[in-house]
Amino acid sequence: MAADSLSFIFLNTVLANNFVLAMFLGLCPFLGVSGKLETALPMGLATTFVMLVSSLCAYAINLVLVALDIEFLRLIAYIALIASAVQLVEMALKKYSPVLFRALGIYLPLITTNCAILGLALFQTFKGYDFTQSLVYALGAGVGFTLAIVLMAGLREKLALSRLPSVTQGAALSLMLGGLLSLTFMGFAGLGGGHG
Amino acid sequence: MSRRRDDRLTWETFSEGLWRENPVFVMLLGMCPVLAVTNSAVNALAMGLATTFVLVASGLLVSLLARYIPKQVRIATYIVIIATFVTLIDYTIQAISLDLYNALGAFIQLIVVNCIILGRAEAYASRNRPLKAVVNAAGMGAGFTFALLCLGGVRELLGAGSLFGFDLFGPNFQPWVVMVLPPGGFLVLGGWLLLFDWLKQRGRETEPLPRGETLHGR
Repeated sequence: MAADSLSFIFLNTVLANNFVLAMFLGLCPFLGVSGKLETALPMGLATTFVMLVSSLCAYAINLVLVALDIEFLRLIAYIALIASAVQLVEMALKKYSPVLFRALGIYLPLITTNCAILGLALFQTFKGYDFTQSLVYALGAGVGFTLAIVLMAGLREKLALSRLPSVTQGAALSLMLGGLLSLTFMGFAGLGGGHG
Repeated sequence: MSRRRDDRLTWETFSEGLWRENPVFVMLLGMCPVLAVTNSAVNALAMGLATTFVLVASGLLVSLLARYIPKQVRIATYIVIIATFVTLIDYTIQAISLDLYNALGAFIQLIVVNCIILGRAEAYASRNRPLKAVVNAAGMGAGFTFALLCLGGVRELLGAGSLFGFDLFGPNFQPWVVMVLPPGGFLVLGGWLLLFDWLKQRGRETEPLPRGETLHGR
């Protein structure tokens, strides 16, 4: 898989193998933060940013792990790395852009437990992507996540105004919506050339 | 000393994870593996057992170490403890069954970021005796496994016409393939939640919610 072209990686992760809708990564924010468009978009962008940073760091740290022949520590190293990356992003934002920091609020620290980030780091290692491929992969995953969460927020804003049977109000309906979105995204399957 | 407030070990300690506070159906935690690996009942069972192991082992260790861990670094410490056990189970599954390992893929390693485990470590194990923490973690694990089986069973039944790999409907069955594909995961879990919401609503039909006050958009 290491020979994938950059455009293939990008399109594949954004549409055909969307992290949320096809690989089920990062569902907690997808269901939890998708109530309103104005919070969904910053959440998506923040996640994209953390993905890029942690993908870079994961690539670097994997080189060290392989060089030292201690790959069994990979999981622990990645988790520690993501937690510190989130912490760093938080501190940098607080210093240089307090407005954005306040807008993101509680969502920033929550990104640490977003499995899309760890999943991204693990997948790029399994697939043996090189430096640029990893970056494009992270960018695609972030854009895909943002796309999914924004679409979902738009749908849920519409639904909040419509009359529904009282049983269906709540998480069940969000999941059904997610299912329909996922079905739609399956239509892109040919684009990426199958699962990978 | 609120730590010693209620030390009795009851059936409730175990059973709350099974039903009343079921991590998947009630608390909606740890959804990623729930949807991702439940395309067959066997995968669901394996994932449930692996998660239960990590829950119990990390619950025990966190409960034993809680008083020695400085408050400021507790989350990081819990994560490292959890990651250690996940690495253990990851290599164990790889040693036992390579097929299973390949089917579950990265989702075994992703148990680390399953919010159920960190949530239990923070909210329960660090405040209770080791025995109680272990029993409660086992209950949560059982509830999680039960939920995974509910999903995996339905999806395999509809999507492949079999259960645990045994063909049930004979050769004329036309499988509903979408059920084992990603959308099926969302739809089946949504269906189960609808069913439970409906049952709950029937249970309290005598006192309906006032208009405009709904569960929507928690």
